Amino acid sequence: MLRVKNLTVKFPSRFGDMTSVEDMVMSIDAGEIHGLVGESGAGKSTVGAAIIGLLQKPGYVAGGDMTLGDTDLRSLDRFEAHRLRGKRISMIFQDPQTSLNPLMRIEDQLIETILAHEDMSVADAKARAVDLLDEMGIDDAANRMQSYPHQFSGGMRQRVVIALALCTNPELIIADEPTTALDVAVQSQVLDLIRRLADVRRVGFMLITHDIGVIAQIADTVTVMRHGKMVENGLTAQVLGQPKAAYTRQLMAAVPPLDRKIARFKVPDEDGIITLAEARGNAAEDWLLRGIKADSIGLTLDGINVEFPGVRTSFWSKPEPYVALRDISFDVKPGSVVGVVGESGSGKSTLAKTMTGLIKPVSGTMSLGGDPLPVGKARARNHPSRQLIQMVFQDPFSSLNSRHRIGKILGEPLWLYGLETDKDARHKLCVDMLSLVGMPPEAIDKYPHQFSGGQRQRIAVARALLARPKVLICDEPTSALDVSIQAQLLNLLKDLQAAFGLTVVFISHNLSVVRQMSDDVVVLRNGAIQEVGPSEQVYTAPSADYTKRLLELTPVMPAQWRAL
Amino acid sequence: MLDFIKRYEGLWLFTRSPAVIIAAIVGLAIIIGAVFAPWITSVNPYDLASFSLMDGLLPPVWEEFGNPRFPLGTDDQGRDMISSILYGARLSLIIGVSAMIIASALGVGLGLAAGYFGGRFDAIVMRIADIQLALPAILTALLIDGIARGVLPPEVQQDVRVAVLTLAIALSLWVNFARTARASTFVQMNKEYVQAAVMQGQHPIRVMFVHILPNILGPLLVIMTVDLASAILLEATLSFLGIGLPADSPSLGTLIRIGMQFLLSGEWWILWIPTLFLVALVVSINIIGDFLRDVLNPRLR
Repeated sequence: MLRVKNLTVKFPSRFGDMTSVEDMVMSIDAGEIHGLVGESGAGKSTVGAAIIGLLQKPGYVAGGDMTLGDTDLRSLDRFEAHRLRGKRISMIFQDPQTSLNPLMRIEDQLIETILAHEDMSVADAKARAVDLLDEMGIDDAANRMQSYPHQFSGGMRQRVVIALALCTNPELIIADEPTTALDVAVQSQVLDLIRRLADVRRVGFMLITHDIGVIAQIADTVTVMRHGKMVENGLTAQVLGQPKAAYTRQLMAAVPPLDRKIARFKVPDEDGIITLAEARGNAAEDWLLRGIKADSIGLTLDGINVEFPGVRTSFWSKPEPYVALRDISFDVKPGSVVGVVGESGSGKSTLAKTMTGLIKPVSGTMSLGGDPLPVGKARARNHPSRQLIQMVFQDPFSSLNSRHRIGKILGEPLWLYGLETDKDARHKLCVDMLSLVGMPPEAIDKYPHQFSGGQRQRIAVARALLARPKVLICDEPTSALDVSIQAQLLNLLKDLQAAFGLTVVFISHNLSVVRQMSDDVVVLRNGAIQEVGPSEQVYTAPSADYTKRLLELTPVMPAQWRAL
Repeated sequence: MLDFIKRYEGLWLFTRSPAVIIAAIVGLAIIIGAVFAPWITSVNPYDLASFSLMDGLLPPVWEEFGNPRFPLGTDDQGRDMISSILYGARLSLIIGVSAMIIASALGVGLGLAAGYFGGRFDAIVMRIADIQLALPAILTALLIDGIARGVLPPEVQQDVRVAVLTLAIALSLWVNFARTARASTFVQMNKEYVQAAVMQGQHPIRVMFVHILPNILGPLLVIMTVDLASAILLEATLSFLGIGLPADSPSLGTLIRIGMQFLLSGEWWILWIPTLFLVALVVSINIIGDFLRDVLNPRLR
């Protein structure tokens, strides 16, 4: 049905034309789900945009053929392409929050799309819209259609987006990261729906994703991309089961398994990245060991409750508070790693902020190494815990001040806590610390924007370590990173934790990642603890129903594919 | 050279926008002319001895009776128009730039603190800003002017007129800075680098000025250029209405006010030349401000 041959896409820039996709070959048949997988910057979305004719300006298709059925997609003029979009090819976007118009009822959005392409009465269009929503698994569709997008949950909204894509019976749907913004439970429902539509309606899907687990679960065929070029393609079982290309093998090895804990990820170290083993024995390590290893300390939370002011419903009544964390108690043993898992909105980040003193709980106490830890603003600016507890944030693009050089960012904790008063010694220590986290010494004079996400996250780790902490709180440290970079960073964190006996709280929505990192696991849901226990026990014999369900729904790769 | 230009996106965009290049040239020429006025011009318009009533009301050189000594003609006192305009622009720019600097220091300081601390402090600062916005700039200027007249002894009043005018303009412009700084600070407060600094226990003053300020300079720079233009215009307006500078130390606004008297009597150049000059200056600054906004704010691009 869809045939793409030697597709090349270029973007003119002030440095000349950049080739973002080169010689792409792909074919998708009716009822086939074709996965397009690759890391960020691989050109996955550009391929999708080129096919549907929505390449971002000033990008252009520089060569190759694209045909849908017997229509040559490249020969279409603007108006023909416009008629074809939505009619024969439609698109599902990543974020259901933004791909629906918040000011229009679902009904109007669906009917508008149907009428734009089909010659039928409004009543017929409405009937078709109801049928579609019904088919998507939305109960009481005729009434729910009257609602606005914000009245639907994320998963429901994505179903509406899929209905919108389907409402003109297209032959091909391009789904760009359709489940990335969704929690696992909702993700698996949406994936089931896509599979069913492909089977029943014979729609061809092009599924663009970075998540190999998703591909493994539903794609028939797969194309692996890297740097705008095709690395490998074929049947999913064949490409992922017996990868021919070295890159595919690396990619597979970097995916954290859910069903076992592996000591280290096998990742080929990137050029210029020094491994911890090589950096061993440098001054920064000695410096850290002098301060840290001596005595690991633990962190205890007892009955923490956090509430946020709610929405005032009446002028006279006091607003009902929103409970973000309910009676959270657990122990982080000295020198151990506690993983905190939960879906979005479960209070993971609130928990991290409470531990670091950014949020004040309404009740409950914390203690650090046996000493009481003041909460919220009661924790003085010069309280020792400010130094002992450090944090690695989720988004490496906002956690480093983009106007400061790396040297200034790294030197700040040393200066602030008076750990090293001499300027030159500080500089030397920062350079050594950079090499400890696998960064070249030249990095010290650069600005954060000159580094990739993975490198910035390494810098963020270095900044945390330069405070000579005993407790490290990692809030989704790898969720913004590609799998191979994630694997490298997890290796680094494991090495550092072992070398310096750090006590780590590792927060993530990704069950597989948490399993790789943690000794104990806390499962959070809606601000309450569902289950606490040693990681092996929680993953192999979960006691809470919620944990069981989470484990079932997480997309995993068939075990035999991993025998590499 | 080309490689150097390509490295900086702002420079690259600059070389590709003719309107901005023209604006920059015009703006720069005016500023240089104003700054070096005492060395460029033949006459000092403030010095009564340097011009003669005999030269009064001469038209520009290209008109009949034009005199090459006065390329753009003279006013009724016999003052060379070019000299008056450059000296006037000098005064206008001095007042505009100082008012803008005072306004930005006041506004950014208050806005940054309001955004950082939030709560009651924020509410108080912003309500004061709202009240300030409700007062027309001219009223503020009249108020300050009135206070200065009442408080200061008559003999110093002439000397502090520039300062009074500057203060009045600054007071009516600081709100823009405060609002922009506050809004940008709110955005930055949610960034993790600020949280990291707060969490480490850094002093609020340090977090505000070392961490947040450099990150909100972009929008502030845009406001600065746009407000520089407003400050110059405001000064012209006030001087035009006679609240500003007296006729013997003319700013652009004063020149326009003087020119008004000749609008219907055929001596068009006395009004039109300073007016066109003011328009050119303000439009150039505004175009540059718009350009900076485009370059510094990737979301609008």
